[in-house]
Amino acid sequence: MSPTQWDFPVELCCRPMAFVTLTGLDVVYNAVHRAVWDAFCANRRADRVPISFKVLPGDHEYPKCRPKRTSYEWYIPKGILKTGWMNKHLNLVPALVVVFYELDWDEPQWKEKQSECATRVEIVRQSLQGRNTKVAVVLIQKKTPLPPGEDVVASERAAALCNACELSGKSLFVLPHTDHLVGYIIRLENAFYEHAQTYYYTEIRRVKSHKEFLNKTTHQLLFVRHQFKIAFFSELKQDTQNALKNYRTAYNLVHELRAHETNILEIKTMAGFINYKICRLCFQHNTPLDAIAQFRKHIDLCKKKIGSAELSFEHAAWMSKQFQAFGDLFDEAIKLGLTAIQTQNPGFYYQQAAYYAQERKQLTKTLCNHEASVAHPSPDPLETQTGVLDFYGQRPWRQGILSFDLSDPEKEKVGILAIQMKERSVVHSEIIITLLSNAVAQFKKYKCPRMKSHLMVQMGEEYYYAKDYTKALKLLDYVMCDYRSEGWWTLLTSILTTALKCSYLMAQLKDYITYSLELLGRASTLKDDQKSRIEKNLINVLMNESPAPEPDCDILAVKTAQKLWADRISLAGSNLFTIGVQDFVPFVQCKAKFHAPSFHVDVPVQFDIYLKADCPHPIRFSKLCVSFNNQEYNQFCVIEEASKASDVLENLTQGKMCLVPGKTRKFLFKFVAKTEDVGKKIEITSLDLVLGSEAGRCVILNWQGGGGDAASTQEALQAARSFKRRPRLPDSELHWDSIVIQASTMIISRVPNISVHLRHDPPALTNEMYCLVVTVQSHEKTCIRDVKLTAGLKPGQDANLTQKTHVTLHGTEPCDESYPALLTDIPVGDLHPGEQLEKMLYVRCGTVGSRMFLVYVSYLINTTIEEKEIVCKCHKDETVTIETVFPFDVAVKFVSTKFEHLERVYADIPFLLMTDLLSASPWALTIVSSELQLAPSMTPVDQLESQVDNVVLRTSESASECFCLRCPSVGNVEGGVATGHYIISWKRTSAMDDIPVISTVITLPHVIVENIPLHVNADLPSFGRVRESLPVKYHLQNKTDLVQDVEISVEPSDAFMFSGLKQIRLRILPGAEQEMLYNFYPLMAGCQPLPSLNINLLRFPNVTNQLLRRFIPTSIFVKPQGRLMDDASIVAA
Amino acid sequence: MGWILVTSATVILFLQNYPLYIRSVPTENELKFHYMVHTSLDVVDEKISAMGKALVDQRELYLGLLYPTEDYKVYGYVTNSKVKFVMVVDSSNTALRDNEIRSMFRKLHNSYTDVMCNPFYNPGDRIQSRAFDGMVTSMMIQVC
Repeated sequence: MSPTQWDFPVELCCRPMAFVTLTGLDVVYNAVHRAVWDAFCANRRADRVPISFKVLPGDHEYPKCRPKRTSYEWYIPKGILKTGWMNKHLNLVPALVVVFYELDWDEPQWKEKQSECATRVEIVRQSLQGRNTKVAVVLIQKKTPLPPGEDVVASERAAALCNACELSGKSLFVLPHTDHLVGYIIRLENAFYEHAQTYYYTEIRRVKSHKEFLNKTTHQLLFVRHQFKIAFFSELKQDTQNALKNYRTAYNLVHELRAHETNILEIKTMAGFINYKICRLCFQHNTPLDAIAQFRKHIDLCKKKIGSAELSFEHAAWMSKQFQAFGDLFDEAIKLGLTAIQTQNPGFYYQQAAYYAQERKQLTKTLCNHEASVAHPSPDPLETQTGVLDFYGQRPWRQGILSFDLSDPEKEKVGILAIQMKERSVVHSEIIITLLSNAVAQFKKYKCPRMKSHLMVQMGEEYYYAKDYTKALKLLDYVMCDYRSEGWWTLLTSILTTALKCSYLMAQLKDYITYSLELLGRASTLKDDQKSRIEKNLINVLMNESPAPEPDCDILAVKTAQKLWADRISLAGSNLFTIGVQDFVPFVQCKAKFHAPSFHVDVPVQFDIYLKADCPHPIRFSKLCVSFNNQEYNQFCVIEEASKASDVLENLTQGKMCLVPGKTRKFLFKFVAKTEDVGKKIEITSLDLVLGSEAGRCVILNWQGGGGDAASTQEALQAARSFKRRPRLPDSELHWDSIVIQASTMIISRVPNISVHLRHDPPALTNEMYCLVVTVQSHEKTCIRDVKLTAGLKPGQDANLTQKTHVTLHGTEPCDESYPALLTDIPVGDLHPGEQLEKMLYVRCGTVGSRMFLVYVSYLINTTIEEKEIVCKCHKDETVTIETVFPFDVAVKFVSTKFEHLERVYADIPFLLMTDLLSASPWALTIVSSELQLAPSMTPVDQLESQVDNVVLRTSESASECFCLRCPSVGNVEGGVATGHYIISWKRTSAMDDIPVISTVITLPHVIVENIPLHVNADLPSFGRVRESLPVKYHLQNKTDLVQDVEISVEPSDAFMFSGLKQIRLRILPGAEQEMLYNFYPLMAGCQPLPSLNINLLRFPNVTNQLLRRFIPTSIFVKPQGRLMDDASIVAA
Repeated sequence: MGWILVTSATVILFLQNYPLYIRSVPTENELKFHYMVHTSLDVVDEKISAMGKALVDQRELYLGLLYPTEDYKVYGYVTNSKVKFVMVVDSSNTALRDNEIRSMFRKLHNSYTDVMCNPFYNPGDRIQSRAFDGMVTSMMIQVC
């Protein structure tokens, strides 16, 4: 954009830098000079001193200095600040003029060169007549200078040169043209900068000195001017603190000026400039709050200074510019590291700037609505001789006139007219949109989504005014959903209304229809008359006619639009529009509801579609169709009426296809599910309602899923919470809110009409072939086919169970690991009505615990629904939990031949193995046989035949067996010696003969075997009789390889008399046996202790008498002396 | 929820950021106030999320000045159940200081509580209560 009247001048916005001119450099033809110049101007980074350089010829004419005024007494200023002043001091009047001259200290023609240099300096001085500008000389030398003080010639000649040029020694510099050029240049620069600062210091002093001549009545303007100049020079001097102070003073002085309609613009312009400088410096000093406070003060002071009412748009433009400039400054400061917050960011200033720009537009509209015949005045009063103004903010037709009375009212009128005419040509919308988009960018940054949306709405509206409808629609469409989702219906309606206008003016059919749909809907806050107008238009559009224009549209634009609409009708373009409505709130509401969450395959699936219109007049539709996830059903769910286009107009409230406002319409649909869909979900994927007909235009309203739109979720929630009693309605009608969408249903298989019974005798016993009898009886009315049985362990249980459970149909053979846990799809054949079949299953459970068994019967049957024959697959399943238990507990123990419990057995000495079988089964068990399989280390003492063959055990009965065994010496074996296995073959007593016998193998415990040095056993009769001799023979056997000394003694007993050796000491050779014979003579009847035999092994003192006595009997039963038998027994004795 | 009050002003309450009650005096240019209240929710949201960490019982319900515009001041208040009240007043009305605004919000809150206590009022529905209307009207008259 080219700068407008309101933009700040460039020289105000730039950072002022000291101005230094370089003369005597030939940068075009001289390579050395070129290099010097490049070093000055290239790479001017922030660390280098702020100077702006310029190369000028030595004889350049600088702006003339006006003669100094000696008295201000008769001087009347014509304005505050001249338009050229800032530029003059930035770019025209230097603080320092540098004369470059090539001269070496050992120059042979020194005298001539010195005078030439002096001449050049003189020429520069001439052109700077009257100014305080400093002059400096730089000698460009080819040789590197010697250190100061060593070159006597140099210091002499330098002094001479200074003299000739009338320069102080500080203003003469030497620039050796060597490798270190940049370093020398930087040193030169710093020296120049000091000179420049001195210059600006003297300038400030000079301006200040004027002050004392001024008086407050006539020189008010000069106070401001001088203060501004001081501040500006301070800035050039880089003294920003003082600059800020002086600008503040200047700002206060501006507002002390007497304001009048004629000079208000000048005051505001200057106030704006100074305010800009203050804010800028505050941001630069990192005191943003000061900047904001100053700006607020500025706005509060100036807000009411409108000036001429006829030109009030100028005030708005000025205000707008103030805000925009501040926003720019703020934004720039943020880019340099300042942090802004949500409630204080540049966006607010841009927004306000946009607001004033809108106001400017409004004012322009009312103030500049001249007739077309009014021409721009000629000669143009806005033209000045030079093309620019002399002073900032003055009127071109009366520059420099300070009087508040208008000397020429006619001229003033023409001037105002010219300004108004000029304002008319300004493209306000462009300005407003730029400002708004700046603000949008800021608010986006500072987490203000709603503010952003609001500004985008404004942008959209501005585009609408600027007749850029495409952009307007794009913006409005973008933000609409934000307002919709937050439920601000008034705001949404207002946006939609604008959008509808845009789409009308562009004849955008689809958009027009979409916005109409929503404006007619329940979210719209439009009045009924507006709604009925929109509905009428919509019906017209559906009938392929033009709608009536929207109100408050530009007349020219409406004409264009009408033409466009006419073209739309004649063009045979696509007249079918599909509009997805779930993201907005259309005027037709739709809900779909399946009657049940699931349907059996042999009954028709039924669902209702509810429709409700919210528009003011009844509306017809031509088609309603439903789409499912399985598209084959779509064809069954269509309602269509072959209606002519003209029917849409007739307000038939009776018609089936007509929606009456506020009334809920229900449509029932019914279809037969496919048998393949059993177990699947049928889902409504979309609902299509067609408005209009194919002859005219067709609009398909498309709901995703089971209906509902952007607002319905919230409404449903509110309705669910509500306690409000709904008024009673006739039976056929429903409350819309009470309808809950049910968009999917399951198809489940037909209810089976068979019975499945299981017969069995729990619990199951480990490893037995457990019999499960399945009885299937058909109660169907027709023959059922393809009956299949799946039975076995129910899947999904512990994986170990699967390994240990086996199922078979044949009970006669024992099943092993290869049999499965579940038998699937055993064909059973067909069943006639009432027929019954039985199937036996045998289950073998390897481990105890409970198991779930599944019996699943499936079959096919033909049925008819809705005159359609279908084959239904039905199934019935039964599950049963069966506990498995051990059939019996087996206890094994080792005992001595005296039936004493043994913890260990002794090598080669016989012992007894006793087994004890305790039945744990609730059912009687038959022990078919038992078998003892001995380990190789054991030998039987006698026959090992089973003693429990064909024994029947009832619950908790037990059967015991006893085997006499001997274990040869095996040495010391860790953990004992294996005994062998005990195998029990058994079956249920109730089991049939062909059921195999189950063998249960029991591993016998290990036994610890020990060697004993001496074995004692006794031979004695099983009983004695009083006063009858009882012979007892003790055998003592040496089991070692040593000769053993044995001491034997017999203790007397009260019950016996005896004969034999009472005490003896004897020797037994290795492996030999010694017999001891005693004759006992019982004296008393009953169980009597025998006289005890004490054996003492001298070589094995740890083998005690106690241990050895365990092998021999300690008592005997003595029978009394019978009378009858007396003689016989005496004979026998 | 929230509400606005302009000198001759507006009131709203919202739940889930949609208006439960909105009233403005003067009624012309109502849309402008609606937008103003809607945009002020940005600041309310931000303030609530900043408060989130503070303990509930220590929380100040009054949010203070939300943001200043050239001509209006927007104040906010949020109840413990996150019902937002927003009030817009003319910035030239210097009689209304922070304390007055705060007490007005309290009054509104009390009145709103009464509405909620009505067993026939369904939380989340737009407020249609004569008592509430009357209270708001009296408050607006007082402000003018």
